[in-house]
Amino acid sequence: MYELRKALNNIFLTLTWIASVSVILILLFIIAYITYKGAPVVNLKFITTWPQGYEAKGGIWPTIITTFYLTIFSAAIVTPIAVGGAIYLTEYSKPFSRFSRYVRFAADTLSSVPSIVYGIFGFAFFVIYLGFGWSMLSGSLTLALMILPLILRSTEEAILDVPYGYKEASYGLGATKWQTISRVVLRTAFPRILTGVILGMGRAFGETAAVMLTAGMALNIPISVFDGGRNMSSHLFLLATEGISLDAAFGTAFLLLVIILFFNVGAKRIARRVGK
Amino acid sequence: MNIKIKENAFEVRNLNLWYGKHKALEDITIDIVKNAITAIIGPSGCGKSTFLRCLNRMNDLIDGIRIEGKVYFEGKNIYDEGTDVVLLRKRVGMIFQQPNPFPMSIYDNVAFGPRLHGIRDRNRLDEIVKDSLEKASLWKEVKNKLNESALSLSGGQQQRLAIARVLAVEPEVILMDEPCSALDPASTQRIEDLMVELKANYTIVIVTHNMQQAARVSDFTAFLLAEENEPAKLIEYGETGQIFTNPKDIRTENYITGRFG
Repeated sequence: MYELRKALNNIFLTLTWIASVSVILILLFIIAYITYKGAPVVNLKFITTWPQGYEAKGGIWPTIITTFYLTIFSAAIVTPIAVGGAIYLTEYSKPFSRFSRYVRFAADTLSSVPSIVYGIFGFAFFVIYLGFGWSMLSGSLTLALMILPLILRSTEEAILDVPYGYKEASYGLGATKWQTISRVVLRTAFPRILTGVILGMGRAFGETAAVMLTAGMALNIPISVFDGGRNMSSHLFLLATEGISLDAAFGTAFLLLVIILFFNVGAKRIARRVGK
Repeated sequence: MNIKIKENAFEVRNLNLWYGKHKALEDITIDIVKNAITAIIGPSGCGKSTFLRCLNRMNDLIDGIRIEGKVYFEGKNIYDEGTDVVLLRKRVGMIFQQPNPFPMSIYDNVAFGPRLHGIRDRNRLDEIVKDSLEKASLWKEVKNKLNESALSLSGGQQQRLAIARVLAVEPEVILMDEPCSALDPASTQRIEDLMVELKANYTIVIVTHNMQQAARVSDFTAFLLAEENEPAKLIEYGETGQIFTNPKDIRTENYITGRFG
């Protein structure tokens, strides 16, 4: 009996170990493969010049600009809305009221909707109905909708984590509700709110489907919000599916990977700084 | 004995309090004397903190609380409609069991209150911060690190910082809710000394489960007790010396001699 239990124990221990090691190995393999294929392509010229000719020789400069444009613009649109919503949910409505539960449920559902669905909505509503065309505005609004639930929920959790004692101390000093929210709650939660925003930006940064349908696919350096553009992942998609240049596709993929890694590391760092 | 007419800071009349349907405080009537330390003692869960929080309407923050009766502060019922709760809490400051320094610098913690109330002038703020930290006998320890995080201070220092933070808004009353229960004996001693110093200029009401503390520092003692399935009542109230040496109620005597609680 004892022998059997011991054997089972060892078997499952080994299985879990294999599972966890495979996770790391798969991840490392993907990173290694993309680096192996993509890193040699990436150089200053690749980053700073336009694609040239039918083989897309040259660089991906306009797609980088478009990607950052969309990411920053969508974050600028969504952050005030998400933070305002989270403040309302945590500080003004009762946290377990029917309304807040519905909002939470809606947010959780929306965050698992496939991005192409956001894309087709953005296309129908922003591009066609509101007449914004394929533009940074349509693209950023669509991305903002897409990352809203994510940032709303992370902000909400950040605010709920602010110790009640801080609020009590603030009210005890004669602070109004708004003073308490702005000077104590938001200030304390700020690094974690920022972490959520950065992770949301990471998602917007790598988004393909929702952007192709709303910002268009024209290679362009967008200036006005009504200019269209092609972001990096859409560029990658076109290069790969149309068999234009796998080299450039891997180069783009590698750059995307590196930048998204930066987003995640940045978010972690901020979170850790708070933990102290 | 010096002869002076004692003024009251608070006059509580027939105060009843419910949490939802549960009645927590019943018919409490008490006068809190100005520029004196009043201790509120009683077993855990007897509503001491709840009562204390009636004095600056901190209970307003909790849903489902209902209060009847009157609490006169300087002659005005603070539960009257039109009471400025923000102003009330400025005049009646509060120290909690956990010091809860804000996660900002020592300076910003003390300046927090004055800034809330609109003081922007840097020199003025500097003055208030120094003055408050001196009154809280923390200045010497922190004067060279005002810009360091308040979280770097020890527990006892944090509690004195909390006191400085309250003093900075120039209150008239300081409510203390078990201020030493998270502190070591040496830090407790410092806070107690500080309380005695502060009483010249402030009215202090302290909730404590520590009877020695009540006996050491307070001038008046109120004994609250919630008997089984009953709301808390004020069993006995009087000068501390009398309560501890010659209690009139047998329940007070049982409690202070350690027979229960």
